[in-house]
Amino acid sequence: MIRFDRVTKQFDDGTEALKNVSLTIPTGKLTAIIGPSGCGKTTLMKMINRLENPTSGDILIDEKSISDRDEVELRRSIGYVIQRIGLFPHMTIAKNVALVPTLIGWSAEKTQNRVNELMNMVGLDPDIYINRFPLELSGGQQQRVGVVRALAGDPNIVLMDEPFSALDPISREQLQEELKNLQRKIHKTIVFVTHDMDEALKIADHLIVMRAGEIEQIGPPSEIIHNPSNDFVRQFIGLERINNKRSFGQYKLVELSAYFFQANTGQQIVSVNNSVNVSEAIELLGQPNADVLAVYDDEQFVGYINQSALLKAVLAKEEGVSVHD
Amino acid sequence: MTDFLETLQSRSDLIQQAFLEHIYLSFVALAIGIVISLPLGILIARYRKFAEPIIGITAIFQTIPSLALFGFLVPLMGIGSNTALIALIIYALLPILRNTYTGLTSVDSSIIEAGRGMGMTRTQVLKQIEFPLALPFIMAGIRTATVLTVGIATLATFVGAGGLGDVIYRGLQSYNNSLVLAGALPVALLAIVFDLVLKWVEKKATPKGMKI
Repeated sequence: MIRFDRVTKQFDDGTEALKNVSLTIPTGKLTAIIGPSGCGKTTLMKMINRLENPTSGDILIDEKSISDRDEVELRRSIGYVIQRIGLFPHMTIAKNVALVPTLIGWSAEKTQNRVNELMNMVGLDPDIYINRFPLELSGGQQQRVGVVRALAGDPNIVLMDEPFSALDPISREQLQEELKNLQRKIHKTIVFVTHDMDEALKIADHLIVMRAGEIEQIGPPSEIIHNPSNDFVRQFIGLERINNKRSFGQYKLVELSAYFFQANTGQQIVSVNNSVNVSEAIELLGQPNADVLAVYDDEQFVGYINQSALLKAVLAKEEGVSVHD
Repeated sequence: MTDFLETLQSRSDLIQQAFLEHIYLSFVALAIGIVISLPLGILIARYRKFAEPIIGITAIFQTIPSLALFGFLVPLMGIGSNTALIALIIYALLPILRNTYTGLTSVDSSIIEAGRGMGMTRTQVLKQIEFPLALPFIMAGIRTATVLTVGIATLATFVGAGGLGDVIYRGLQSYNNSLVLAGALPVALLAIVFDLVLKWVEKKATPKGMKI
């Protein structure tokens, strides 16, 4: 278990990256830290292996403060995968993966067995790949190596800093899937920083939503989707995802007429019939030149609705309460 | 042409000695230049606020015309090969220093962060990551310095340090064009041969994984 106890981080230029943050990252789970850029999520992660040190407060691993531990020794016990792959281009794949085992002095044989085992685990045939150089591999293959390199020393904790963000969408999805499957076998404590909500919802057991150096909400993805703690979280998750995860996509607009408004604000308008459902309406609003829907009951104009009104309407519907302004 | 060959034969002792002196001057200067500027380059790559002034100072030295630099040194150091060596070392500094600095600072910062994040010490990062990746740059600097030094060593004759400049100077004084050529040609050849050899070394120094 990793525990942050009232941690504050202020950089030399005065920016406060973390404001009095206390949280717990559970053992053996994949915890995703998510938030817009500049929210302090990477700083928070880098404090776990002391690439950043707190200005005040304490970080504890298994209830032991890491501030008294030797940085180098601590980092060797924690896996680390960085955003832009970060494989060493002048070393073979085998040498790259064997880095931490070599640093901590494993025997050559044990190291080699471990390298082969890990390469097989991510579907890269050791006979083919271990003597190649990183640039001879595709981006997806390189980041697979990046992931197994972090696992090589058999750490209990693995930190991943937006590891798949530089990959093409297809490789990204594949690697997310593989990471999920891998985690089912290895049960490491993985801290995964991302700004991609789809990614976080897909792979995480546990979610930390951050904004401007503060924690907005912590919990399992399902809870955050069903119970966003505030407007920011709700907005960050996005209407579409809430819609996908809930049943109210099937509500017809006619059921939401209480949330229609009558004033045309001069925005781009698309006309729809009030028999369309919420899913279809969201799709229409997602198109360019469609800020507002003009809803008609056959020929009869009923009112306008936009994204935020729609959000209020469906939330009210779902929770059985009314959220009038 | 026959004149030239005769001169080569009759003055072979002089030419040979001058040639050896020339190589000695160039190489000792280069070796000391490397010993000074390589660690200095590593240092200023780590403490970057010192980079600008230190590179600036060596650049100023570089702009002093070589003959003038020899001239400045004579009143301070007298004549002899030490004076020549100091002038040559000063010229060798800038290319090596600047390339070492550029090479080290151009290593992708994410690679260095990966190394540190996995628990490499600063020395390990320097030895195993930064230095191998900067080596092609450093070798290019050494190559530039070598060619420069071999050329400028020709002026060592004016401070009595010998070298192939001796042969050229004597030829000039006695209006003996063949003798001038007998000094100038080996200098040119030396420079070209070292350039080619070091170019090859530079290529070899490029890590295998970087050539893809």
